[in-house]
Amino acid sequence: MLVINQYINQMLEIKKLHKSYPIGKDSLHVLKGIDLSVKEGELVAIMGSSGSGKSTLLNIIGMLDEADDGEYVLDEMPIKNLNEKKAAVYRNKFLGFIFQSFNLISYKNAVENVSLPLYYQGLKRKERHEKAMFHLGKVGLKDWAKHLPNELSGGQKQRVAIARALAAEPKLLLADEPTGALDTTTSYEIMDFIQELNDEGKTILIVTHEEDIANMCKRIVRLKDGVIMEDTFVNQVRASQYV
Amino acid sequence: MFDLDLWREIFQSISKNKLRSLLSGFTVSFAILLFTLLFGIANGLENTFNSFFKDDAQNSIFIQSGRTTKPFRGYKTGRKIQFKNEDFDYLKNDFGDKVQYITSRVYKSLAASYKNEKNNYQIRAVHPDHQYLEKTLVYEGRYISAKDLQEQSKVVVIGRLVEEDLFAKTVATGKYINLGGIQYKVVGVYRDDGGDNEERMIYMPISTAQMIYGNNDYVDQINLTYNPAMDYDEALSFSNLITKKLKDRFNISPKDQRAVRVRNMAEASKGVNQMTSVLGILILVIGMGTLIAGVVGIANIMIFVVKERTKELGIRKALGATPKSIVRMIMLESVLVTAIAGYFGLLVGMGALELIGDSLKDYFITNPNVSTNLIVGATITLIIAGAIAGYVPAKRAARIKPIIALRDE
Repeated sequence: MLVINQYINQMLEIKKLHKSYPIGKDSLHVLKGIDLSVKEGELVAIMGSSGSGKSTLLNIIGMLDEADDGEYVLDEMPIKNLNEKKAAVYRNKFLGFIFQSFNLISYKNAVENVSLPLYYQGLKRKERHEKAMFHLGKVGLKDWAKHLPNELSGGQKQRVAIARALAAEPKLLLADEPTGALDTTTSYEIMDFIQELNDEGKTILIVTHEEDIANMCKRIVRLKDGVIMEDTFVNQVRASQYV
Repeated sequence: MFDLDLWREIFQSISKNKLRSLLSGFTVSFAILLFTLLFGIANGLENTFNSFFKDDAQNSIFIQSGRTTKPFRGYKTGRKIQFKNEDFDYLKNDFGDKVQYITSRVYKSLAASYKNEKNNYQIRAVHPDHQYLEKTLVYEGRYISAKDLQEQSKVVVIGRLVEEDLFAKTVATGKYINLGGIQYKVVGVYRDDGGDNEERMIYMPISTAQMIYGNNDYVDQINLTYNPAMDYDEALSFSNLITKKLKDRFNISPKDQRAVRVRNMAEASKGVNQMTSVLGILILVIGMGTLIAGVVGIANIMIFVVKERTKELGIRKALGATPKSIVRMIMLESVLVTAIAGYFGLLVGMGALELIGDSLKDYFITNPNVSTNLIVGATITLIIAGAIAGYVPAKRAARIKPIIALRDE
């Protein structure tokens, strides 16, 4: 059981978050007042069936989408009235994304993919390369730096994607079904790696619908029909025992 | 500001997506190729038309005489009108500064020989002004002078091809040639842009010809140029005035079209100028149409390219690309592809004109080419076109929401 220390930083604070999408004349109320706070160093699984609003929530947290109503504070900074440019800068500085389908750029090799967020941070080419190589090394793919994504296995691709998410040194890592496209063994490898990152102190949010993956997190938030049904701290299952 | 990293990104995007870049480039190359060929050929046609008029001064008026076809003031039809020196003097002196240069001509055809070389040539006996009317370029010695006329000197100025025929490779100036049994001193050799026939002529003082070949003061033709300050309408009314005065002088019916014929080059050159400018406008319209088709083509392809790259652009935005940086990237890529492809098309077009240019003489196309101005203009047009073609899809790309772009299929 995680010891909740009140002196630990609040990483994420969400209050009464609402979001609806227009469908023809009607509108679909996807998030119906979400309250969620995440402290620094947490590893949270967001679960729910499709249509429960879990991806919408992640998109709002990731500033890929904007809430209709409610408060969102990221590391003591209120996120509101985002224009496109501001959102881009915040995403670049504070957030790292890991996607189900990896979303690597196909014509760029591994190290170039990892460098991309650093390019948008305005770093010099040499510095970018050094940092990217460092993070590739962290995911154990230093020798694969010059390979294009289609020369890598699924697990390797996801590790490149993780290295890319880490490269910008974000406050918060957001993973949308990070193991959705991988087989069980590879999934556990990735989860093992995510757990290691969390051990080092990274705050990580994972959207998943797989129970075993969720149980490898420290906290599970269950969504149903746009509201939080359950929010529990769990005994973390270490992925390393399966690898 | 030159952003090396941005250019690296763009170069990578172009070179790693060869087929896409090639397809978009091809449209532009083709459009510019057509544009270049069209302009080259139009210029070739214009060159041909201009060369027709290079021979003579464009403000020339030619006056010839014939036989009357209508009875007038008691004279019968069929009367031969013969110009004489006094008519030349009348035209020269009575019209003041309206006449710029004036000359009479007497035509003869004579056998010429030098040593063993012999040939028949057209002889033109003229006044010194003839040089300016005919745009004769003396490159050796001198032309007929006023003094020659006064002294009725036996001197001639021969064409470049006459010198070639009779004197082989030696210099003709200073030597004597035999024209119909009489020795003439060659005082000059000339060139003429009017073609080979013009360079197979022999010029001599009109007074000399009149004395030797007829012992009269007859004149076959009078040529003059009007004051170049006159505009087209003034030039036309001037030649009409000459016609009227001459008809009155020779008692010719004003309705007689044959007895005195006055030909004004202004009419002919105006026609040709009009035709060339109409042709130019036509070519410009077609050329612009081709260019616009090229721009539309690349705009279409850029829209497709942006669609194809939706996911990549979504990833870039999720990683922190601002809308501005997306617009800049797409636009610069478009400009670069357009500029390179367009330049390629231009080079191919110029090469093609160079290669086939000489074989098009039979189709009234002389030396087809495109000017430096046109090249610079076309290049600038291309860059602007590329920017326009890239802007709309780039703007659209920048508006793509990353969540939509990243949605898994």
